[in-house]
Amino acid sequence: MNNPITLLYSLPGALAQGLIWGIMAIGVAITYKILDYADLTVDNSLCTGGAVAAICIIGGMDPLLSLVFAMLAGALAGLCTGLLHTVLGIPAILSGILTQLALYSINMHIMGKSNLTISRTQYDLLLTSAQIPRAILVSGLFVVVLVIVLYWFFGTQLGCAIRATGNNEHMARAQGISTNRMKVLGLMLSNALVGLSGALLAQYQGNADINMGRGAIVIGLAAVVIGGALLGRRENFALRLATTALGGVVYYAILAVVIWAGLSTSDLKLFSAVVVTVFLSAPHLKKKWAARHPAKGGAPLC
Amino acid sequence: MLILQNIRKTFHAGTVNQKVALDDVSLTLKDGDFVTVIGGNGAGKSTLLNTIAGTFPVDSGSITIDGEDITLLPEQKRARFLGRVFQDPMMGTAADMWIEENLALAARRGERRGLKWSISAADREEFRRLLAELDLGLEERLSSKVGLLSGGQRQALTLLMATMKRPRLLLLDEHTAALDPKTAAKVLALSDRFVEEGRLTTLMVTHNMKDAIAHGNRLIMMNAGKIVLDISGEEKKRLTVDDLLHAFTLSTAEEFANDRILLS
Repeated sequence: MNNPITLLYSLPGALAQGLIWGIMAIGVAITYKILDYADLTVDNSLCTGGAVAAICIIGGMDPLLSLVFAMLAGALAGLCTGLLHTVLGIPAILSGILTQLALYSINMHIMGKSNLTISRTQYDLLLTSAQIPRAILVSGLFVVVLVIVLYWFFGTQLGCAIRATGNNEHMARAQGISTNRMKVLGLMLSNALVGLSGALLAQYQGNADINMGRGAIVIGLAAVVIGGALLGRRENFALRLATTALGGVVYYAILAVVIWAGLSTSDLKLFSAVVVTVFLSAPHLKKKWAARHPAKGGAPLC
Repeated sequence: MLILQNIRKTFHAGTVNQKVALDDVSLTLKDGDFVTVIGGNGAGKSTLLNTIAGTFPVDSGSITIDGEDITLLPEQKRARFLGRVFQDPMMGTAADMWIEENLALAARRGERRGLKWSISAADREEFRRLLAELDLGLEERLSSKVGLLSGGQRQALTLLMATMKRPRLLLLDEHTAALDPKTAAKVLALSDRFVEEGRLTTLMVTHNMKDAIAHGNRLIMMNAGKIVLDISGEEKKRLTVDDLLHAFTLSTAEEFANDRILLS
């Protein structure tokens, strides 16, 4: 079982999956990092993207075109969360939870059952787990294109307005920015990317499953925080997006290692939660430690 | 240009914490007026400014700017008329964005924001020129995060952002209260310069009686949600701190007398 060769064999697959989840993580970064909004919609909008793509492909649509519809469906989910928050005044986290819950039923309606197979022998899929080098190439290409497009977008007047909204709402409104509209827009963009990730994932694994997004927010956050660690003190925005996607890759590489080391797959969620907890709490604990152990040579206390 | 008519605002209405912040306030500003607003804690000075800015809706009354009724207009839509500087230096700028990005946001205050790149080379030149006038060396730091600046630098930048696209009304809400005396004096001098150069109609709230006397052409004093003193022109020029203290004591004594009547 613990043969290093098996680990080596599992790494390319981890790279492909990591890149696909990296797209999802970029979506999470838009809400969590840029808008300062913890959006839980993603746990099921991922599946919505996968389900819509699967239905489109089964109906005879080109798999590439199906991605557009998956993104639109994701954007609609984000719109729903955004309106719950801004128009109906429901707290951010709760709006995401409500949409996410409702999406379970919606996803069942889209698929008609809990699992839809899209066979690579039947359809000309963009990427599949049977051809991992191609899957790495395709998902890597998507990441590169997305980083370029988002770098451009967040440099535009509109993109800057979204960033200002996440940074300082008072200031944004004083400059005439409709912060509510910017939040909705950011949530739509984020969930569109999550939908895209779900559509690519469904093609990669050859099926869309009602549970495919369960715990997605934790994986997304893991990628964001690992990406943040990779980024270090550098400020470049494009680099931040790229390292977030790489965070997804690192996360899947870590998973491959712990599975190889013998962790059962049913323990993976526990493991993921622990990893994210460690990364999220590190800055806080570091500060506490520094407060209790002042550096030598600092100002004397009395 | 600005007309407030019978504005009332009560916070926490119907609870034990009920507080009448503005009690039937009416105020008319002429074009080019520079009005300083003074008063004790809880007198309603900041509430007055926030009412004009649209931070919260009023209970009754109306607000008009140049004949346009803005009473029901949401905060972000009033922004095209208003330049604002807040008491908290953190509030007026986006800390994680660059200096030039903050300026670019302010340059389009109240305008549509589209998919054009937010800063052009020409913008950058213009920003550099404007920043150089602040004389703080910020023109060399266009791509520094605003969060790295000192409180005084941030207030100066916020002041520039509030005035670079000429506002019809400039609202300064104790914008030097959080600064050390030397920096506060600098930022005040800068405010004077911007107001003069742009001939801006201005409302400036301050805690400092000397500042209230030294700046502007008109002074109003507030107490318990009412305007209790309104002095302008020659009369204001002759005003001293003692006069203000006397007026303040009179208005608070009156309030005290009213309380006594209620109690007896």
